[in-house]
Amino acid sequence: MIEVNDVYYVYPNGVQALKGASLTVNDGEFIALMGQNGAGKTTLVKHFNGLLKPNKGEVLIDGVNTKDVSVATLARKVGLVFQNPDHQFFCETVEKEVSFALKNFGFEEGTIEKRVNWALNLLDLTQYRDASPFMLSGGERKRVALASILAWDPQIVILDEPTIGQDHAQKERLRQFIVQLNAQGKTVIIVTHDIEFVAECKPRIILMADGRIVAEGETNKVLTDPELVNHASLVLPEVARIFISLRDFNLPKDVVDIYDASKVLLERLGKTK
Amino acid sequence: MSMFDGFRFRRTSSPVHELDPRVKFLYVCIVFAIAVLFNQLLPLLVLFIIQVPFVVVARVQKEWVRSMKGSALFATFIFVTNWLSFYFYGGYESLSWLFERSLAMTLRFIVLIESFSIFFLTTSPDHLGLALEQSGIPYEFCFAFTTAIRFVPVLAEEAQTIMDAQKARGLELEKGNFINRIKNYVPILIPLIVSAIRRSLELAEAMESRAWGAISKRTNLYVLKMKRGDYFLIMISIAILVFAIYVWLYIPVPYMADLLSL
Amino acid sequence: MATEKLAIIKAKSLTYTYPIGAKPAFEDVTLEIKEGEFVILTGPSGCGKTTLCRCFNGLIPHFYGGRLDGEIEVAGMRVVEHQIHELAQHVGLVFQNPENQLFALSVEKDVAFGLENLGIPREEIRKRVDWALQMADILDLRERAPYELSGGQQQRVAIASVLAMHPEVIVLDEPTSFIDPLGAQKIFEVINELNEKLGITIILVEHRLDLASRYADRIIIMSKGRIVLDGEPRKVFDSEEARLVGVGIPKATRLFQILREHRFNISEVPVTVEEASIVIKEALKRDRS
Repeated sequence: MIEVNDVYYVYPNGVQALKGASLTVNDGEFIALMGQNGAGKTTLVKHFNGLLKPNKGEVLIDGVNTKDVSVATLARKVGLVFQNPDHQFFCETVEKEVSFALKNFGFEEGTIEKRVNWALNLLDLTQYRDASPFMLSGGERKRVALASILAWDPQIVILDEPTIGQDHAQKERLRQFIVQLNAQGKTVIIVTHDIEFVAECKPRIILMADGRIVAEGETNKVLTDPELVNHASLVLPEVARIFISLRDFNLPKDVVDIYDASKVLLERLGKTK
Repeated sequence: MSMFDGFRFRRTSSPVHELDPRVKFLYVCIVFAIAVLFNQLLPLLVLFIIQVPFVVVARVQKEWVRSMKGSALFATFIFVTNWLSFYFYGGYESLSWLFERSLAMTLRFIVLIESFSIFFLTTSPDHLGLALEQSGIPYEFCFAFTTAIRFVPVLAEEAQTIMDAQKARGLELEKGNFINRIKNYVPILIPLIVSAIRRSLELAEAMESRAWGAISKRTNLYVLKMKRGDYFLIMISIAILVFAIYVWLYIPVPYMADLLSL
Repeated sequence: MATEKLAIIKAKSLTYTYPIGAKPAFEDVTLEIKEGEFVILTGPSGCGKTTLCRCFNGLIPHFYGGRLDGEIEVAGMRVVEHQIHELAQHVGLVFQNPENQLFALSVEKDVAFGLENLGIPREEIRKRVDWALQMADILDLRERAPYELSGGQQQRVAIASVLAMHPEVIVLDEPTSFIDPLGAQKIFEVINELNEKLGITIILVEHRLDLASRYADRIIIMSKGRIVLDGEPRKVFDSEEARLVGVGIPKATRLFQILREHRFNISEVPVTVEEASIVIKEALKRDRS
């Protein structure tokens, strides 16, 4: 469980990134942390594994104050997948890359091998086991980065902007994968500004703006509220925009995906057809 | 809040900021030349003090003080080594002589830091690049210079991100003996280098796409023109240099000790 | 809108293989892009669209080497016969990563970069820089350093830098990949202005079809190195092939495809949110009466 209590954080260069952020994430939740670039999303998640420590306020992971333990200790529970896989690759093979964290955490040789095999298989990378991570395509590199974090099976998985640079099919697969991870009981947090992606997975939304959390709630409610979305410098999902233009027709307003939308419309129009 | 802030360009507007970098560099060279001429404390003190109004006019007092503070450690080191070398290797006349000579060497260093600090605090890297260009240095080097400066903050941020990413995978930079600590930096250096290579490739593509190398005689949006203030500084600097040389040649400069015991 | 306009880009049976490539990055590409068109080029990762872009200003073959077969002509010049710096004056290219295409320490110096390379006289540079900053809506940023800007602002600087060279064509390779939605919208608005007001031909490589397709005259979809669809947005998005290839068809279109499966009749499938609203409103009004 993650507890954030009134956290303030200022970067060494003077930028005040968090101005009193508070939130609670329970085990097994699926969360999307959203807001424009600069709202404080990445700063906030870096507090979850202790990379950053609050100037004021506290962050508790399963009751432990992040100020009291090292990053390596917290990382065992909290896996953070960074946006750009090229910021972490340094090994000659994918296998070594995926086993790096396991070695750091002191796993035994036998366990390491099993875990690496498992992670490669999970992300469909077994055939690239001996390939150089630098030679793989963009989508494959993202999967290697993901595998290298999942290898040690952290309870909480945070993905920072996982959809950047991905094409439609890749996003689909990613969406299914994330939903599956969550279904297996992991706490999944995605940091993103990709509205349509979020509209399709329907996580609990946490909106940030200007270093604070400005709204929380179900996807249907939060992402269809023009004021909230505006305040966080995002855009409404396409479907929500269509339904807002139809507000004079007494249709439900909290629709974000096309299947719900079509159901609503067909019900309404079904009578004439 | 480090010593380096005393050398980082500070974007204010002041008469000194407007001056041509080439002229400012001439001034720095002249200060250097004069500082080297004299071994006595008195002229070096004078040299130190006459630059202070410059700092004030340039409105960079805070940062300049930082550069002075930052050089304190090294200055002390210079003082001590000079003291010891004069003591053991001769030239040693009296205690006050020893003290003064060592102090003078230290002050020489400080005077240099002072003028360099003023130079870098009041000259934007842009202007500097332009000055290099107009001084006849081939454009490729000037371009490499300004582009490198442009990317310093980007690289710094990237290095931090890479460190964070590896720490998030359990890398503990502080752990282990000396050799292990060095090995711990491999996961930081390699991504940094690979990223730099990738970046250069992308930059090269972008440069080509903006007609890099179209003609050898490039033009420039900006041009450095010498103005009244620049000629004024040139004349003052040369006048001071001439005066200093005259003094050095013909006027015996007293040591502080002699002055004070009068 | 393209009536009897000339073709500004002509490619015939174009095939390209990278120097270390085992197979071609794209093959047998034949297309004609007319002056003033706004074309979106899309397709799954690895389909060859990014590589194709680089043929338009000569990066391929001159910068990358490799093997280029077939014909490609841009603004009346055969690409293989002209240097990149010549072609760059007619076809500007804006890249995906905003950070790595800005070199200078101030925005206006960056916008001037291409013009300086061309040896254009100072007064003319000054005029063009001011004009380009205006068109990209970044006049107030002229003295800022690139590091201080947001990704969206940086991309607009890149667009201005390319625009200042007065090209007939501007190619943008996934310019909004790293940009947030509002920033992306602003970029598309600027590009659209350039196309509508100045008649500049736009070739936009994009995945974000929901935000961008409202501006396009034409959609070209590539898959596995070949062009599989090329036509009006409506026709392309509504086709079965588009779904099979796996591009991000706008939700407005997808919604109506679903409704149509349930025997909801529409003559033309909407592409934008506005069109979708109109169609639904009409249907609901009919329902009322």
